[in-house]
Amino acid sequence: MVPQADFESYYGQQIIKTPTWKTPDVPLYLFLGGMAGASAVLAEGAALTGNRTLERTTRLVAASGAGLGTVFLVHDLGRPMRFLNMLRVFKVTSPLSVGSFILAPFASLASAAAASQVTGRLPRLGRLAGVGAAVFGPPLVTYTAALLGNTAVPAWHEAHRELPFVFAGSGACAAGGMAMLLIPAAGNPPARQMAIAGAGVELVATELLKRRLGMLAEPYEQGRSGRLMKTATRITATAAVISTIGRRSRAVSAGCGAAYLVASAMTRFGVFEAGLASARDPKYTVVPQRERLAARRAGTAAGEAHDHASHEQTGLDQVTETAAT
Amino acid sequence: MTHSLHGRLDDVTGDAGYADHPKRKGFFTDTSVCIGCKACEVACKEWNQVPDDGFELTGMSYDNTQALGASTWRHVAFVEKPVHPTTADLGLPGMGPPGFGTHESGLPQAAPAGEDQATASGDGALRWLMSSDVCKHCTHAACLDVCPTGSLFRTEFGTVVVQPDICNGCGYCVPACPYGVIDLRKEDGRAFKCTLCYDRLKEGQTPACAQACPTESIQFGDVDELRQRADARLAELHDRGVDVARLYGRDPEDGVGGDGAFFLLLDEPEVYGLPPDPVVTTRDIGSIWKHVGAAAATLVGIGVVSFAGRRR
Repeated sequence: MVPQADFESYYGQQIIKTPTWKTPDVPLYLFLGGMAGASAVLAEGAALTGNRTLERTTRLVAASGAGLGTVFLVHDLGRPMRFLNMLRVFKVTSPLSVGSFILAPFASLASAAAASQVTGRLPRLGRLAGVGAAVFGPPLVTYTAALLGNTAVPAWHEAHRELPFVFAGSGACAAGGMAMLLIPAAGNPPARQMAIAGAGVELVATELLKRRLGMLAEPYEQGRSGRLMKTATRITATAAVISTIGRRSRAVSAGCGAAYLVASAMTRFGVFEAGLASARDPKYTVVPQRERLAARRAGTAAGEAHDHASHEQTGLDQVTETAAT
Repeated sequence: MTHSLHGRLDDVTGDAGYADHPKRKGFFTDTSVCIGCKACEVACKEWNQVPDDGFELTGMSYDNTQALGASTWRHVAFVEKPVHPTTADLGLPGMGPPGFGTHESGLPQAAPAGEDQATASGDGALRWLMSSDVCKHCTHAACLDVCPTGSLFRTEFGTVVVQPDICNGCGYCVPACPYGVIDLRKEDGRAFKCTLCYDRLKEGQTPACAQACPTESIQFGDVDELRQRADARLAELHDRGVDVARLYGRDPEDGVGGDGAFFLLLDEPEVYGLPPDPVVTTRDIGSIWKHVGAAAATLVGIGVVSFAGRRR
């Protein structure tokens, strides 16, 4: 339990602004982008192993996830007609800029691969597009963590080390879960394995995040965002256990798939809401910064004491030297 | 050209790519002479034609403006802080340097050393602090770093300005700002903030707020000269026993590389609604991308594991 921290504020008002990104647009985009990106990986694996059913389904999921996600992203803009301005410049300091240059090729390539898959036309080009989508897929899943982490929002910024892994695991769960839901149990062991592995990564990363963040973990554990995170964790863990045991039943497989999907979406909403909660309370801005300042001052003081000590040492040396002469 | 992301940066305008440029311009807001007249707020609105930001009565002293935002580019804060035995719990014991928090100790004789700067009203001593807040025009501006359209840019004066004809209202600058300055204007969809009167600067004029300030609490000028002025003013106040005076945003070594608009405050920054130790988020962009890359590789690994042992 973190002790209640004393801090001052201006009439209890928040210091940083609450992100203006809309709910459900942005958390849904985080979820859909994650599902689409990991599906493209699943599709390429299916193509390499000759699993036609899985390939076809996952290519369609990748394309529609990216398309739908883009719609939500554009809808979130204050001036949606100007969405192409995103491609005006390229800036590594802006994850949204980098992300636009990941999402745009991913959506195009995934759509091309899916179109070729459905129509049966230009199979080689379609496959090539699929390979391209699989290259852009993983960064599409994890760059959204940079999008949140590269802000002044305390619960997001301080979690920038673990969030990409939470999102990678959550994306794998969503892609695996969707494929489990859409394809009979016998045809999709890879989807199940992806979901199980993703669940493992997500659960471990979430736990590490909460342990390292200290006071800033509160929004991930308390209130609405805390409830979302907790429920997501429970559903994911349960689905992972059941899908490991009940491999044969189609109903169990589909149920687990749906559970993975729901949990993945809840994780994104939970992380998103946790950030908003940490922005709204000045405590999360002031107290960690105060602690940082105090630590730095203590460090400086220690440094000065050290300097002082070495000065005295020099003085002593001089005395000794003088005595020697 | 290497682009500096954090730390000390003496020629911010040159770093932004201007070969030949005027000196960096900024504000030094000396809150010890602010009388809370809000002339700056009004002048800013009038000159920049900023729409109204609501007509509310907040109960926060004389502050009905509340905070900086898309339609509030100057904001005068009014702090009413009782220095009375009953308010001993307001302090931050042990946080400041030794002997610093004496005015917050709750002892009647421990009134702030700068009591001539505060209003002592009758038997219940009350510190009444006023401060005109504004965009800090950071040396390392997070809003500018994260803007994906290039709408936010560094001017030849070293200030940070939004180009409304480019902005698509993505809102990334809003949570990126460590001070909570920039915001989206809902009815418009785009982001707005103080431009340090870019149009007036181009004509060699003083920004509207500084022009309107009757006490020269808001001083406009070259940042290097303003810093000297601030140092001199701080030394003067300390000489006069106003130990609570401190500069905020003046230090070029701080988390944002120093502010183009900095302040002399009479209490802790958070008392005025300012972050005590702001850091530009992009200082960590290297670490952020490294972890994103590692996580993407992990996802590839998950993919490989999922198909392990399966052949066509």
